Amino acid sequence: MTKFTVNGREVDLDIDPDTPLLWALRDELRLTGTKFGCGVAQCGACTVMLDGMPRRSCVTPISMVEGSEVTTIEGMEGPEIAAVQAAWEAIDVPQCGWCQSGQIMSATALLQQVSSPTDGDINNAMAGNVCRCATYVRIRQAIHDAAKTLEG
Amino acid sequence: MKHLPLLCIAALMAARPVLAQDTLSGPDAFENIADESQRSAAMFTEIGKVLTNPRCLNCHPVGNSPTQGDDMHPHSPPVVRGDADFGAPGMTCNTCHGPQNVTLTSGEGSIPGHEPWSLAPVSMGWVGKSLAEICTQIKDPERNGGRDLEAIYEHMATDGLVGWGWDPGAGRSPAPGSQDVLGQLTRAWIDTGAVCPG
Repeated sequence: MTKFTVNGREVDLDIDPDTPLLWALRDELRLTGTKFGCGVAQCGACTVMLDGMPRRSCVTPISMVEGSEVTTIEGMEGPEIAAVQAAWEAIDVPQCGWCQSGQIMSATALLQQVSSPTDGDINNAMAGNVCRCATYVRIRQAIHDAAKTLEG
Repeated sequence: MKHLPLLCIAALMAARPVLAQDTLSGPDAFENIADESQRSAAMFTEIGKVLTNPRCLNCHPVGNSPTQGDDMHPHSPPVVRGDADFGAPGMTCNTCHGPQNVTLTSGEGSIPGHEPWSLAPVSMGWVGKSLAEICTQIKDPERNGGRDLEAIYEHMATDGLVGWGWDPGAGRSPAPGSQDVLGQLTRAWIDTGAVCPG
């Protein structure tokens, strides 16, 4: 049995402890907002928060999250995620949308740590989130817009 | 038929796993060097087989990004050193690297892991340097994290992240020898004056 918290809810999974967290979220807990992209920590589509820090769930065996707090895109709350979501909608960042929950998780993590990121900060934080539609210009703009919103 | 035994021996040797232990000589191998200083420098050269192995060099860059793989290609995805040698805000090392190696679900390769996992500080960057330069650098408390020789021995012989070099996970070749032999060599190198190669 592996016990951890997902979006504030305690879960207790009786599955192989080597099962990737992404599998557990999508197949066991039906939280399908977190996406499978590459399975090898190269694309960022599976990004969740693990104890408040971004983490690629495709390379995270559930044995590693025993006793931890996992937050998925469905459970994100706070001013940063709200500003990011609003900025994303305002300039229609997504095209196909597959990578976007991961993009939003990484962007939110960045803004939680750096309130007014430079282009360099954004490039460094988002370099592991690949977008097959190449919406990178809009992603960068939306992060700047969200930062301005948070400044008030 | 007369070649059969030879072929069998060759086949057995091919099937035998290559023991990393075989590739790093212990202090005994240097006993025939009479001059103590020369023996000490020779043992550091042997230690250098480990220090200049990709398992060590990949995370001892002189620049701002690590490399990866046995061919030391640029880290993918691209990452930066960051203020704490732990990546950039929003994408720190632990975004992907956990407390242990994780075999990929594809069955090919793994994400390396250890707790802690980070780059060596830039003052400990070794890539592109000669063994003589690395040796001087390792002994310099200004650049080695304030370590004296005894602390260097402890680091080489017992540090967990150093030890990861011999347990690097699927898809990576281990550092030569073993951490135990590295510790023995380091002990003997220090006891013979910790002389750097010329």
